[in-house]
Amino acid sequence: MLIIKNLHASINGKEILKGLDLEVKPGEIHAIMGPNGSGKSTLAAVIAGREIARVTEGTVEYFGRNLLEMLPEERSKEGIFLGFQYPIEIPGVSMVNFLKTAVNTHRRHKGLEPLSASDFLKLMREKKEMVEIDSKLANRSVNEGFSGGEKKKNEIFQMAMLEPTLAILDETDSGLDIDALRVVANGVNKLKRPDNSAVVITHYQRLLDYIVPDVVHVLYDGRIVRTAGKELALELEEKGYEWIRSEVDNQTGYEL
Amino acid sequence: MNYKSEFSERYSDLYTENKQLIQSSSTEYINSFREEAIERYRILGIPSRKSEMYRYTNLDIFFRHDFKNYLAPDDEDFIKAEEFRCDVASLDTHGLVLMNGFYPDLKNKLRQLPEGVWVGSLREASVRFSDRIREHYGKYAKSESDGLVHLNTAMASDGIFVYVPEGTRLTKPVQIVNLVYSDEDIFNQHRNLIIVEKNSEIAIIICDHTLSPRKFLTNAVTEVYVGENSHFDIIRVQNEHNNASKISHTFIHQEKNSQASSNNLTLHGGLVRNSTYHFLGGEGAESNSYGLYLADKFQHVDNYINVEHAFPHCTSNQLFKGVLDDMATGAFNGRIYVAKDAQGTLAYQRNNNILLTDDAKMYTKPQLEIYADDVKCSHGATVGQIDNDALFYLRSRGIEKREAMLMLMFAFTHEVIQKIRIDPLRERMDNLVMQRLKGELSRCASCMVQCG
Repeated sequence: MLIIKNLHASINGKEILKGLDLEVKPGEIHAIMGPNGSGKSTLAAVIAGREIARVTEGTVEYFGRNLLEMLPEERSKEGIFLGFQYPIEIPGVSMVNFLKTAVNTHRRHKGLEPLSASDFLKLMREKKEMVEIDSKLANRSVNEGFSGGEKKKNEIFQMAMLEPTLAILDETDSGLDIDALRVVANGVNKLKRPDNSAVVITHYQRLLDYIVPDVVHVLYDGRIVRTAGKELALELEEKGYEWIRSEVDNQTGYEL
Repeated sequence: MNYKSEFSERYSDLYTENKQLIQSSSTEYINSFREEAIERYRILGIPSRKSEMYRYTNLDIFFRHDFKNYLAPDDEDFIKAEEFRCDVASLDTHGLVLMNGFYPDLKNKLRQLPEGVWVGSLREASVRFSDRIREHYGKYAKSESDGLVHLNTAMASDGIFVYVPEGTRLTKPVQIVNLVYSDEDIFNQHRNLIIVEKNSEIAIIICDHTLSPRKFLTNAVTEVYVGENSHFDIIRVQNEHNNASKISHTFIHQEKNSQASSNNLTLHGGLVRNSTYHFLGGEGAESNSYGLYLADKFQHVDNYINVEHAFPHCTSNQLFKGVLDDMATGAFNGRIYVAKDAQGTLAYQRNNNILLTDDAKMYTKPQLEIYADDVKCSHGATVGQIDNDALFYLRSRGIEKREAMLMLMFAFTHEVIQKIRIDPLRERMDNLVMQRLKGELSRCASCMVQCG
């Protein structure tokens, strides 16, 4: 579904991604791990279409279409969802109004009638239960005054409402206590279907105690330097990133 | 201090030439203010941009135009006002109409509402309520430096009179619709007086509205007295066309433990200048001054606020927000004056603006003069664009950019709308603001509040 080839991208003129390759197939869960500053969030920004990340080279294909030519809202309607590392507070925009607009935009895109007010509220109730978020959150403005954990749970709730084909979760686990972490992971697991996929970006291994990835990648200095099964995550947990770092740096030395 | 515009003389001559006509329809008491006022006007004149209060508004370009002067009412025009009134379904209010500054209901110049409140023509009230007029008229509209207030005192001869006797609670708001209608370009002035005696409560909605596409210039003064323990709300909904210039001066005088709120909602208008004066004239009084302005094309909206804390333990809030598009300009000048003895004062001020284009401009200026030492004051101003992170967040959920921008602008403006305490009006304002932000509200054919 997603094929990234030789992706180079920069932020404020500084090259962050330096030739990244990645392929995600339907039904897969990928974990992308890596030390701080390796380019994990830049990758998420490129996939979601955030302007700050400028693509200078390479291709990103999504179901055969050039993803880089699509507007962020088009990407969303085509099934891409970004779980934000730092969800934005939007005072004055109610969660209900926000989600209703989003859900009905998605429905219109699929040629479906908009949901009636009561059907929409029913859907919200179902999804709230599914992802175990506090009912009261839905009555407030988007993320306004939410705690860190509530914000992250709210991302998962939105994901449940929009049922994406490809979810990119950008460090959704960072700063979470163990309960919130469990809620986030359960949400991801419950939403799993054979035809959808998730890319879980994380710094720590602990989220992967709850979400079992099919593929684990290590992102280092703007490139995927290692790809393996879930055992790679455990190895990283044990040895830390230093191990990868020295190995890759040595390799680079040889090439030069 | 001679900061007057070069066109000032034209308007004092107007008084001299029409003195008899102006005085013929007013009582001696009201006429007794005129000579002194015109003298003050001759000194001060029309404020130029050298005046600190009008630094960002050039009145010259409006006053230099050759207007016909609307000094006496024309019965033909009143028929139009009658038609207008019959035309609209009613928001649940006690409705009053002013046509070009005059009270058009010939049969019933003053009427008593079921709760005992009197409403109607100021001209008529100056005869029938002469004692109340003597007590309050001309007492609050005092300006050291704004010649236009004095020009109004010299020349205005009618307007709305509202009298809320002691201990009266009016549940339904009073709605004043200010209509301007003429086949010619006209200059008009009117004068309102609202008296709220102690332990009373009233809300007033003023709708500024134009009915014909000529150039208009209005210079209006409203004096309000809010007695001890009383609650007073004034909401001004401004929706005039791009050739209309509206200058409104509102003076709210508050007694002990009273509460007054003013909300200026400017949806549309060529030039809009609102000067709102809050005088906290007794301990424990609270004043709120709110405003929202949405401007595009070459529109200009200027809010001048003057809050005077004259007694201890009073509270004041100012919250003004604006969205400016195209080449529109806006100005906000919020003055807070805390007198030497006004200890325990709480005074807050905030002005936030969104500019949608590179050409839109906003001038914002806090002006704090504090002579007491036990005071809590704060002020803040922002001029910026739509928050890009918030915009991306909404778009990343599939919401189109245009829709997302609307949601954000609406959320931004809603903070001011929320302050309206009349529920149906608040809902209608939400709709109107949304329409305005979508660009669907260019010029409404009828009164905003009633048919919106």
